Amino acid sequence: MSLPHLADPAGRYRAMRLIRSFEELALEWVRSGLIVGGTHPYIGQEAVAVGVCAALAPDDGLTSTHRGHGHVLAKGADPGRLLAELAGRVDGLNRGRGGSMHAADFSLGILGANGIVGAGAPIAVGAAWAAQRQGRPRVVASFFGDGALNQGVLLEALNLASIWRAPVLFVCENNGYATTLPAGAAVGGSACGRAEAFGIPAETVDGMDVEAVRAAAGRMVERARAGGGPGFLECLTYRFEAHHTMERRFRLAYRTAQEVAAWRARDPLASAAAALPSATVAAIDAEVGQLLLESAEFALASAEPDPLTAGDHLYASGLRPRSGAAL
Amino acid sequence: MAGQLSIAKALNGALRKSLENDPKTVLMGEDIGKLGGVFRITDGLQKDFGDDRVMDTPLAESGIMGTAIGLALRGYRPVVEIQFDGFVYPAFDQIVSQLAKMHARALGHVKMPVTVRIPFGGGIGAVEHHSESHEAYFAHTAGLRVVSPSNAHDAHWMLRQAIESDDPVIFLEPKRRYWDKGEVGEDPMLPLHSARIVRPGTDATLIAYGPMVKVCQEAAQAAEEDGRHLEVVDLRSLSPIDFPTLEESLKRTGRGIVVHEAPVFLGLGAELAARLTERCFYHLEAPILRVGGYHAPYPPSRVEETYLPDLDRVLDAVDRALAY
Repeated sequence: MSLPHLADPAGRYRAMRLIRSFEELALEWVRSGLIVGGTHPYIGQEAVAVGVCAALAPDDGLTSTHRGHGHVLAKGADPGRLLAELAGRVDGLNRGRGGSMHAADFSLGILGANGIVGAGAPIAVGAAWAAQRQGRPRVVASFFGDGALNQGVLLEALNLASIWRAPVLFVCENNGYATTLPAGAAVGGSACGRAEAFGIPAETVDGMDVEAVRAAAGRMVERARAGGGPGFLECLTYRFEAHHTMERRFRLAYRTAQEVAAWRARDPLASAAAALPSATVAAIDAEVGQLLLESAEFALASAEPDPLTAGDHLYASGLRPRSGAAL
Repeated sequence: MAGQLSIAKALNGALRKSLENDPKTVLMGEDIGKLGGVFRITDGLQKDFGDDRVMDTPLAESGIMGTAIGLALRGYRPVVEIQFDGFVYPAFDQIVSQLAKMHARALGHVKMPVTVRIPFGGGIGAVEHHSESHEAYFAHTAGLRVVSPSNAHDAHWMLRQAIESDDPVIFLEPKRRYWDKGEVGEDPMLPLHSARIVRPGTDATLIAYGPMVKVCQEAAQAAEEDGRHLEVVDLRSLSPIDFPTLEESLKRTGRGIVVHEAPVFLGLGAELAARLTERCFYHLEAPILRVGGYHAPYPPSRVEETYLPDLDRVLDAVDRALAY
């Protein structure tokens, strides 16, 4: 059974709208200082998170990236708790300890965003392999960007998933740039070529088309669930915003205005909306707007953590070797 | 359990018990299955527990460690064998950025009951990456527990405690002592994080762990002939450190010498000396001294004996401490 909230085109549009509006709100909160330290906005890539998650069942898992808000929201995390997490509040998904790059909701199979590029891939393999060993065909989608294609740990993970036939869907969000380095200057060979070298079936799809992503992901998820082993999906996409919110200040110029405009003309949110009756779109937009207002209120009402709790949860065994000033 | 067992056999027995006691315990590593590990610590376990619980993995330390984390997220209790100390470096990110922090980052929502077994230290005629003492890297990382047994009893029980612990534990096995024999008792005697006074004394405290405990015991024996009564404390847990036991000892003896194979520079001895000085300042008759490896790459086998602390270097430090 797929995720109920992504079961139809209206639900998928709503999820994309939620991610877009959430990220716009997060940008505002970075500018106003409510979010300290910035974020990596997902704006422009919504069709990938939503298309892939639409192919997942509720107890399937995912590992995410530094640009992870979209994945977390698409899988069904509460936007108020995610916003509280970004703002470092105690009611955040990780009670304010994870922040933007480490949001997780284990109850929903969201096994964590990750600040280290490529590092989530072997964790996804382990989680998928665990499910396989337990005889429960739970798939894990592992998101990563084109930058991760050049990380050794990703190649190790591809190999391990292949030899163990672990039910992993590797999702490469190729947005064209690893921070500022164009993929063309960084990737020898190709994304899919890497997967195929390990005997993993691979496919490239238009990552700006949520239905195309969903269809391709669905085929791979079903095959993995049936014991057919891992799949690899390269989604060609684009981030409309900066790599990181700090980029505005530095005024990095590694993309032309024409290039950004050309991709913005293919806005995945606009094309998903165009496939729906305008009244439906208007109703969803209004509902999501209201939800985010409530989310913001929830996050702002949540307390900031007590610094004296910094040493809590160091050890699951409850061992407290030191405390307070001697931490 | 009674009788004399080598450290290697004691570890093997601990792994066997852990596999028997908890079906979620799984072993993974390079050459651990069919071969039984290059040091034979997992000998016979795959035959008895199957290749889905004692798993040979490809040479991919980062991938192995990441997979163990994923298994732990789904309720397993993985025990990873790193074949030699220096081979853990490719897995460093997964250990310090992922394994160590996952529990705190999720503020207790997930546990990481992963044990990473690493044969460490020199003295077997191997070279660098096969003889290193890298405990300070791991002890420096909050969220990891780092332990090292020095004898067969502790090897057995500390490994079982490490595997049963819900914390990630770096379990450092003193590889040159694998074949030393000792009695393995019927119960662990101490919690995993406690230090143990292995030889009481009055004139100075030698603090060591893993392979250097034996050297310190021999040094204390030799010093006895000169009428010096040295206390030897086996640290056992390198992080967290059992400071109360160390403080109590130092306040009695007034002199402390930390001994480890790892380079003295920014090694565990530096932290021990600094903190114990803070806590015992008015009881100390001499600065806390350190004996350890040199701040140089681990040397080729031919000069290994020059590099490793030995009885003479320990006794020399005792002389210096007593001369204050």
